[in-house]
Amino acid sequence: MRSRAFLASVLSHLVLLIGAVLMLAPFVWMLLTSIRPAEEVFGAVFDPIPSRFAGFENYAQALFASNVPRAMLNGAVVCLGILAVQLATALPAAYALARLRFPGRGVLFGLVLFGLTVPIQVPALPLYLALAKAGLLDTFFALMFPFFLTVFGLFLFRQFFRTYPEEILQAARLDGMGEFEIVWRLAVPAALPAIGAFSVFSIVAHWNDLYWPLIVVTSRERATPPLGILAFRDAETGGNYGALMAGAALITAPLVLAFLVARRGFVRGLTMTGLK
Amino acid sequence: MAVSSVPFASPAPQLAARERRLALAGAAFAAPAALLLVAILLAPLIVLVLLSVTDYRLGAVAVRFVGLANYAEMFSDPVFRRAIRNTFLYVAFVLPAGVFGGLALAALVHARKRTRSLYEVIYFLPVTSTLVAMATVWQFLLHPSLGPVTPLLAALGFGRLDLLNDPDLALATLALIGLWQLLGFNMVLFLAGLSAVPRDLYEAAALDGAAGAVDRFLRVTWPMLGPTTMFVTITTTISAFKVFDTVVVLTRGGPLGATDTLLYVLYLEGFHYFRTGYAAAMTVVLLAFLCLLSLLQARLIERRVHYA
Repeated sequence: MRSRAFLASVLSHLVLLIGAVLMLAPFVWMLLTSIRPAEEVFGAVFDPIPSRFAGFENYAQALFASNVPRAMLNGAVVCLGILAVQLATALPAAYALARLRFPGRGVLFGLVLFGLTVPIQVPALPLYLALAKAGLLDTFFALMFPFFLTVFGLFLFRQFFRTYPEEILQAARLDGMGEFEIVWRLAVPAALPAIGAFSVFSIVAHWNDLYWPLIVVTSRERATPPLGILAFRDAETGGNYGALMAGAALITAPLVLAFLVARRGFVRGLTMTGLK
Repeated sequence: MAVSSVPFASPAPQLAARERRLALAGAAFAAPAALLLVAILLAPLIVLVLLSVTDYRLGAVAVRFVGLANYAEMFSDPVFRRAIRNTFLYVAFVLPAGVFGGLALAALVHARKRTRSLYEVIYFLPVTSTLVAMATVWQFLLHPSLGPVTPLLAALGFGRLDLLNDPDLALATLALIGLWQLLGFNMVLFLAGLSAVPRDLYEAAALDGAAGAVDRFLRVTWPMLGPTTMFVTITTTISAFKVFDTVVVLTRGGPLGATDTLLYVLYLEGFHYFRTGYAAAMTVVLLAFLCLLSLLQARLIERRVHYA
């Protein structure tokens, strides 16, 4: 019996290890190539370990001779801009949906539930036409606008605010606190865990998004991280895979590092929903 | 106790004034989000349905009402039919492999004590990484003369394969990359489900004569994981259905249309050929598909969100 358990444990380790190698292989290959000299990438013989360290020249090319840093900066601006507007609009609205009676509340919540089923690809066409008509294509506003509305955030925060104790709200009102103050000084601080998880979800989704930026962005100056790496691959590397892999590593690094540092928060933020 | 239990119209004037004040605050708080909802969701949806019955092309001067002609064209359009077929094939591979693979991984990882969190990190890594960037890495890995995969497969006796440029293999290759990105996500969902299975259920099953791991799994684990499995199945279907990034980066629908997928064809029609009316009709069909799936999911999401 004991030997059988031992065998099972060895087998399970074996399967998990092989799987882990397959999962990690692209990351390892990316990092190894990013420090490999160009002449070796095209060499006929393959040695997984680079013959000399060419990390400086590859990363220098990605950092100073490509649009990757600009794309990353744009990515940060877009992600933070989207998140700021999402939180500013969704938090008070979600509080109202959860705790205040006002005309149209039922309709609004019904629309939020419906909105959960609609991905960006559906309103993309009319939104594109409207932005084109307004002369706003290829702007930060165009990149961010469709995501100012977050039905998922509205839904998530409403669920959270519903659990907030009514007695505290009543006491705050007796103390003369207005609803505005109650939202931002009582309800929102209590919702910080949900806000954190939502922020992870939002930032990851918009840093990685390709569909919408591909539609509205045409210039290098407005490229987001995925567009930056695509342009680098298509035109700028001159076939230097080492520099391309350095660029890919740079673009992947912020989220992966944040994940390694705040593992639990990340997993929670991304698995709250399948609405990627 | 919820606010909704407080009667709306109150006899005391003081209370009535308070109710009015709260209702006003509620409306004011909801207004910005409601406006965004109209501008970003409702109005575009109405415009979309209207566009789908016209022959509008971006920049065209005249627009004609064409009834359901766009919808009729779609189902006789070989490119669209191929895209539907490819998308379903893609889902048909990623869905079972993603669900059962995720479950198997979760079961194995769950049984580990010291190495559990290490495996969790490794398998979850592709979920957090930027798929477009990693797709360029995959392209390099699979490159027939520069990457390591082709010689590796040749050494194993598969011959020299160019996985992304072979019409018979390209879609399956994209599906494998999709699976690579998705497995860790499903594994984490299943791990959460497994942790929620009460220990004493296994003891009760043992008393009832359940012997061996397989028996325990079939009698206890699998039934207890029902809601999780349902949720994972739907989220996997939706994300597989929306395959786009890897197509753009790796194959652009090729070779010979072997990887034309629904979203990619929609993107081309709407934003490259600017056949707006036709693309709008396609979008309506896509929405119908997704609604069906998401309605199921919306019913489940309420059960899945926990904070405490």
